[in-house]
Formats: sequence, C-alpha cells, structure tokens
Amino acid sequence: MLLEVKDLNVRFATHDGEVKAVNGIDLDVARGETLGIVGESGSGKSQLAFAIMGLLARNGTTTGSVRFDGQEILNAPARTLSKLRADRIAMVFQDPMTSLNPYMRVSDQMAEVLMLHKGMGKAQAVAESVRMLDAVRIPDARGRVRLHPHEFSGGMRQRVMIAMALLCRPDLLIADEPTTALDVTVQAQIMQLLDELQTEFGMAMILITHDLGVVAGSCERVMVMYGGRTMERAPVDPLFAAPSHPYTQGLLAAIPRVDQKGARLSAIPGSPPNMTRPPAGCPFVPRCPYAMDICQDVMPPLVELEPARRRACHAAVERVWAGPPALVETPEPAAAEMQERMAGDLPGNLPDAAVAGAGSAGVTPEGGR
Amino acid sequence: MTDPLTNGTSAPLLDVRDLRVTFDIRRDGDMPWTPSRHLRAVNGVDFTIHPGETLGIVGESGCGKSTLARALIGLVPATGRAIWQDGTDLLSLNPRQMLRYRSDIQMVFQDPLASLNPRMTVGQIIAEPLTTHRKGLSRDEVKLRVKQMMDRVGLLPNQINRYPHEFSGGQCQRIGIARALIVEPKLIICDEPVSALDVSIQAQVINLLDDLQRDLGLALIFIAHDLSVVKHISDRVMVLYLGKIMELETADEVYANPQHPYTQALLSAVPVPDPARERAKRIIPLEGDLPSPLAPPSGCVFRTRCPRAQALCAEKVPVLTGGHGEHAHRFACHFPGPLTAAEIEARRGVAA
Amino acid sequence: MTMIDREAIERLGDNMAAQEVAGRSPWADARRRFLRNKAAVAGLIVLMLVLAFGLFGQHLAAWNNEDLDFNVMGMVAEKGQPSIESGHYFGTDELGRDLFARTVQGTRVSLLVGIVGAAIAVVVGTLYGAISGFAGGRTDQIMMRAVDILMSIPYMFVLILLLVMFGRSMWLLFLGIGLISWLDMARIVRGQTLTLKNREYIEAARATGVPGWRIILRHIVPNLLGVVAVYATLLIPLMILTESFMSFLGLGVQEPLTSWGALISEGAKTMNYGTLWQLAFPLFFFVITLFAFFFVGDGLRDALDPKDR
Repeated sequence: MLLEVKDLNVRFATHDGEVKAVNGIDLDVARGETLGIVGESGSGKSQLAFAIMGLLARNGTTTGSVRFDGQEILNAPARTLSKLRADRIAMVFQDPMTSLNPYMRVSDQMAEVLMLHKGMGKAQAVAESVRMLDAVRIPDARGRVRLHPHEFSGGMRQRVMIAMALLCRPDLLIADEPTTALDVTVQAQIMQLLDELQTEFGMAMILITHDLGVVAGSCERVMVMYGGRTMERAPVDPLFAAPSHPYTQGLLAAIPRVDQKGARLSAIPGSPPNMTRPPAGCPFVPRCPYAMDICQDVMPPLVELEPARRRACHAAVERVWAGPPALVETPEPAAAEMQERMAGDLPGNLPDAAVAGAGSAGVTPEGGR
Repeated sequence: MTDPLTNGTSAPLLDVRDLRVTFDIRRDGDMPWTPSRHLRAVNGVDFTIHPGETLGIVGESGCGKSTLARALIGLVPATGRAIWQDGTDLLSLNPRQMLRYRSDIQMVFQDPLASLNPRMTVGQIIAEPLTTHRKGLSRDEVKLRVKQMMDRVGLLPNQINRYPHEFSGGQCQRIGIARALIVEPKLIICDEPVSALDVSIQAQVINLLDDLQRDLGLALIFIAHDLSVVKHISDRVMVLYLGKIMELETADEVYANPQHPYTQALLSAVPVPDPARERAKRIIPLEGDLPSPLAPPSGCVFRTRCPRAQALCAEKVPVLTGGHGEHAHRFACHFPGPLTAAEIEARRGVAA
Repeated sequence: MTMIDREAIERLGDNMAAQEVAGRSPWADARRRFLRNKAAVAGLIVLMLVLAFGLFGQHLAAWNNEDLDFNVMGMVAEKGQPSIESGHYFGTDELGRDLFARTVQGTRVSLLVGIVGAAIAVVVGTLYGAISGFAGGRTDQIMMRAVDILMSIPYMFVLILLLVMFGRSMWLLFLGIGLISWLDMARIVRGQTLTLKNREYIEAARATGVPGWRIILRHIVPNLLGVVAVYATLLIPLMILTESFMSFLGLGVQEPLTSWGALISEGAKTMNYGTLWQLAFPLFFFVITLFAFFFVGDGLRDALDPKDR
C-alpha cells in the first residue's frame, strides 16, 4: 500500500469547545489507483486531506496513524514533511491562487521548486517547467511561462497549479475539489487531463469532491463521508448501482440528472450536524429514514458487506435496498436552536467563527458565479 | 390549471425584445477624455415567458446570465423592450413608475447568507418588501403575513425574531424565498438559487420552488450553471453564450435533441452519477478560452471555439431561427445539427 | 383528503401559536466576546472611574477649584504637597489653587473635547461617507474631492492661526477639532459603504424598490456601526491629545478653565521647584485614560470582527 491511514482523528480547538472534524477514519490507497472521497461541506473531507499532508490550521490536532510507503508521517517533524510534500505527495486546491504567488512569474515559481528539491540549475529548471506546462496541455507553454498567474484564465490557472504539483513527479496527488470553481466544459477538460496524467505518470490520486458525477467518471473506489466519519466505502460500480448506506442512497436520489426524465427529487430532510457537538451515535440519524433506537447512541462499525466493500449502518442492507419509507417533511427550527437543544444549555454559548470546514451551515464556498 | 406549454395562445407575462446591457469600461490610468470601451454583457436577447411557466437560463460564467436577470429587475440599466402583461414597457419607466411593477417581479439570490442583512431579524427581512409596497398594513397584519409565509416555505413561524446567522444555508435560502413571495409576485427571477448549497439541501430548495410555483401559479426565470438542475425544473431552456442566445427550446427537446454545437458541448461535459455512462461518454472539447466580451468575435460569437466553424460563420451573424410560434425550437447557427463522431474526434486531436 | 387538510391546518395553527423565540443579534454576540476580553473590560472599568471622577469629583473636593489657599501661597513646595489634613489631596498649584479640584475640572474639559470631537466625527462622517459611497458616480467624486481639499489644509497651522487671531476660546477649539475630525471617518465609512453596496442584501432591497435613504439608514448604517464604533474609540484619545497639545502650547482652553494638557503644561514648568505632584497627577489621569481607550478600542475591534484575529 502506498498510503495507509488508520483511526485518524482531527480535532480543532475553538472558542466554544472542540470541533470533531474527522473521527476514526481508515483508508488505504494503492499505487496508481484513484480513490474518491465524497462528502458535503462540513463532512471533514478536506480536513482529512490536510491532516494527511500535515497542513492543518494551527488550532488543529491529529491522532492515529498515517503511513506513506511504510513510513509514519502523521505529526512527523516539519523537515521530513516538507521534503515529502514536495517530492512524493502533492496537493491541488480548489482555488489555484492559494498556491500560486501572484507577484512571481510562473517560470520563477516552478523553477524554484526544482532548484530547491532536485538541485537543478536555473536554465535546466525552467526548461523542465516548460516541459511540464506542455504536459498539462497549455498551448504555447514556452511563451506563457514568463507570465504572472493572474494573466491566465481560470482553467489555465488550474492547469498551471497541476503542473506545479507534478513537477517532482509525486507518487500521490491529492486533489481537493479541483474543478468546483470551474465551468462544466473546463471541468470536463481538467478531469480528463488528470486522468491522462495519472496514467502517464503512474501516480495514485485521492480526489476529494462533493460531486458524485465527477467521482463516477474518474475513480475506482469511493469513500462516502458524513459528519467526519466513513459511511460507506466501495468500488465505484456497485456503489452507484446499489448504494448500501442510507446517506449514499439519499444523496444519489437528491441529484437531478441530465440523462433522466425529472420526477420529483427526493430531498434529504434536515441539515448537516454541527461538529462541535456531534450526535453520540450515527451522525446521520436525525435525517435518516431507516433510523432505529440503537442509532441514536451507538455509532455503527464499518463492517464488510462484500469483498472490498464496507458500510457503517445498523439497518440491514436488505432494508436499505428495499427503499426508504415515505417521510413527511416537517420544518425544523433555526440551526442555532438545534444546537442549543442538543447541548442542553441556554442560549449565549454558541460558535464565534468556527474553523474552516467545521461550520454547521450547509453552504459551500463553491458556486462562484 | 392549464399547461402553459400547450396553451400557446395565452398572452405572455413578459415579452422581451432586443434586450441589451452595455457597460462602459474605463481602464485604470485612462485620462478623463479617453473614450470608454463598451462591454456588451447582454447583446440583443429576445424571449417571452408565460404565466406559470419556468424558463431556465444556462451558460458558463461570463455569458451574461446574471446581468440579464439584473436588467429585468432594474438593477442595471438596459435598452430594448420588456413588455409586461398589461402592455407597459418596463424598460421605459422611470423609478417612480417602476415601483408599481416591482412587487410583481421579485428575485431570489445566489448566496443565501449574503443576501440577508445580518443586523435584521428574519421577521424584518421578510417584511421589508411588504412595508415598502403595502403601506396601509398594520403591524399586526404584517407580522401575521410574515408568519404565514414562513410556514409556507418550511420555516417555523416562532423563529421570527432570530437573525440570519442562526440559520443553516438551506434555511437562509428559504428566508430569501419567503421575502420574494410576500408581495405575491407574478414572476420570480432565481439567480443561481441552489449553487451555493449542498446536494442534499439543494433538492429541498428545488422541491420547495416546484411546489410554490404549482400552488401559486408563478412564472420562474431560473438561472444556473448546473444543467441538470435547470433541466429538472424548467419548461423551456435558453442557452446563452457571450450575451447572445444560442438555443431556446423546451427542456426535454434541448437535452434530447440539441442542435447548436455549443449546447452539445455543454451537455457532453455534464458529469453524470453513473460510472458506466461516464466511461462511455464522449466529451466535445471546446478549444481555448471564452473570448473577451470587450472584443467579441465577428459573425457568430461561438465560432472561435466551434468544432464546425466555417468561413461563413465569421462573416454573418446567425439569427435565431427554426420555426415560429411560441414554443418552436429555435437556434442561432448556420450549420445546426448533431456533431458527428468524426467531427468530435477531429476536434479532440486539435485540443490534445 | 379532508384528514390531511385538517392535519395541515392544525399543524399550521400549532406553528402559528408557538411561543416566539428570541434571537441572538450580532450585537449580543459582540457584547459577549467583548466581555470575555479581560484587557478591554479593565479598560472600560478605568474609563468608568475616570468619568465618575470627572462628573462627581467636585463633591469630594474640600476646596473650590477657583479659590486660592493663602496659607500655601509662596510656599507651595513646602506646604502645598498632597495631604489629607489640608484637604489638598493632590496638593496645590503654583497659585495655591487645589489641584484635586483643578484635575476634576481638567478631566471634564478634556473628556468633553474628546467626546464632542468624536461625536461630530461619528454623525457627520458616517452620514457623509455613507451618502457619498452609496450615491457613487459624480456625487461621490465631488464629495470626496471636497474631503481631499479639506484634508490637504495643514489644520494644526490653521487652528493655531485662528486661535491667535480670534483669541483663545473653548468654542473655537471645539469648532477647529470638529472641522477636521470627521474627514478620516468619512473616508473610512465611504470605503466600507462601497464594499457593502455590492452585497446581495443591498441588491435585494434595491430590487424591491426600497428608497435610497431607507437603504442607507436600515441596511448600510447598521452594518457600518462596528467600524464606526472602533474608530470612534480611537478618535477620542486623538482629540484629547490634540487639545492637550494646543493647551501645552498655551493656545488651548483659557483660565480659569483648564484641561489635562494645560495642567500638564503648568506642572512641567514648575517641575524644577520640587513640586512634582503638579505634573504627576494630571499626567497619571491623562495616561491611564488614553491606555484605557486604546484597550477598549482593541477589544471592540476583536468583538465586532472576530474573523480578523
């Protein structure tokens, strides 16, 4: 295994207590394979990636184990991590401008990485950068390498960032919502590019996204996250053909589809949980049509359903496959009140500004236009 | 209720003709006497919308769809004509005359939280259009109506004194919808109302809009970049590119039988949550970037990226044609029709 | 069918009758955050004490601020030092006037200058900036150029000239300080308004047809108040400093009125005669007040804008 994560937990210290962003996640990625991690905002998917990369915000702590190529890297010294990050694990973000310096020419930024980590000379490093920009299909790479990042369009900027991530030919690429801010036609091109590059470079990829459509097109295995926990982990075909977890099932039913005649969408009622005070049992309980008493108090373990396929649900899989009972949608009070009720204390003790990715509101910063 | 699609003879609620929005752009450092450059955000758009109908508008960023919405509601100045049901041209009205029609056209915004004033309670936010347009109402009456509306959109009326930051994203969007509905409008313009929401919440809001439209007989203009959402909710779909209509047709027909190459490229790029289909699908790549709207291409604006562009496309602007009548399939292309596999392959070769 | 309808109606009835829940306004949140900030709360307490001193101090004084103590006169260094028996808690000044009473008076004048200056800045600056920013276009250009012109005048020089020409008076000082204090505020508020103007909730109000003045009063000004409050707390000490500087130069308030600046100036002149208390007491009040204002200002900024931390 290239990457093995065992019982990973991520906690953030905030003003109103600990945010339990990631809870006991296990995952592994083999060389050359693509793992998709799907979840909504606040599901902990991005924090999981940051934890693996050792890039958590300062108020974050991690426990558990992350082994990369046999070496333990969780909470490793900064020197080891930064060497590893440049050389063997690379990350691509939703907003390219977070990793590109707006005041430096693309050529200088890219060459710097190579000179630092590969000990190349300047001219050689620039030549290699141009080759990499060519590899991500940027037309006229030689001419455009001298430009500043803001002189590229959104899609091209994302390509530049991918080129930068690939400079040292990493074994693992973590792509965190790489196409969320882009238009569909550009998204399709970037996803296709990532696919091609993956084969070309033989690297493994973790693709983090909220879009099940993107996952269907480019992943071999999928992990579905909710409330910082794994709900279901399966190869892509069976997951989409017969989702075994109520949440996956709900998500798939809630997506309007371009290729199908639109009946009424079956929405998942309610809102995602607040991770300052997660439910004792399964985080999906308040919104689950199959919920039983036991679900309130006991988090179901991630058990094997079929080879390579695991689910965390108390409800029997046959029950889930039989389809959900009809639910009556009832209005719920403001999210703030739900938290107060759950905490059982008086109002006046609520989040200031929760840390990134730990908010309770179902708003993602994507969309853009 | 009669189906708006078969009822082709009904008078349109809004008849828009040759709508144009032009922004004057001045670069930093331009002298005061330097002539400003014109950015044609919306460049001659014609369409009609009937009572109870949903018109979807799709296009990528920079196609002018949000500007079009803002022009219809009077937030940006526009030229052309927009004839309301009663024969008034909304674009020719001064602000005072326009006030009468403002309660007929309301808008739902993209960012649920940003569209609500953080210093006002939910009650005050929802009541604002009411206190602006129905000045005679007593305080109790206003409050009663606000509470009824909150119940209607799936919010608990006893939460009337809470502030926006106490609600989740989906709930905030419900507040935005309640604010739009409180003055009983005939047309609601939804500018990307669900694109900032999570998938599970998105479906709640779409269903709510669906129900409200059916119950209240509203006309909706639904703007989104997500083609699947637009297809789901719309009766007819308008595809915009660089401020011009590329194709306009019933939702089913646009998706089943797209004629314009741009529509086909858009559709081919939409990811579908079905691995088998995803692997089998053939994406039509669009070469290069969106041209600058400051200097749009001559002739057909899409020609620079079109797999089928020919000399004629650079010379002559294609007009929106293809049948008459209210609901005819119309497209603006010199060479319409499905792209062949050979054409797509040729284009792929270029792009790769 | 009727069953469902009745259920729905009953539910509606229940929902409508339910007790209204109070919300937590952003102000309440800010107050809570402010009260958790120890330095800011300490600053606020100090300010309260200074204010109480200015308001009620004269009732504690054994001497009137204008009366001369003839026992002390001429022997200030020996007999005029702070003492409880003589009733001169802070000692006396060179003329034998009670320094405690004088400090109370100086505190009043200095705080008044600070608060009046800041109040002018808040009211005029906020409205001017909000109108300029919201109107935009040519109006904005003209209004902001006017501010630029006023700002480019070396105000300290003009103020000194005015005071020399028309004689020293407190009202002229207020006028001078008031004239310049709102300029920065107007600029800051205009900048904030420009960013607020493009928020979707302002667009929503405009789309509904809410009149411009109501958008300014209901949507823009309440959302500006955070910035304004922070800036005002930093402006008050600036005003006090300006007045003190003028008074130190001998151009500020006129005898028998006094201010911290005037007292410090007097105290500094007599430092060498061994009457250090004449400098120490006014200076102490001056310094703790400025510190307290800065702490409160910092606390307000953190409380109102938690993301900036």
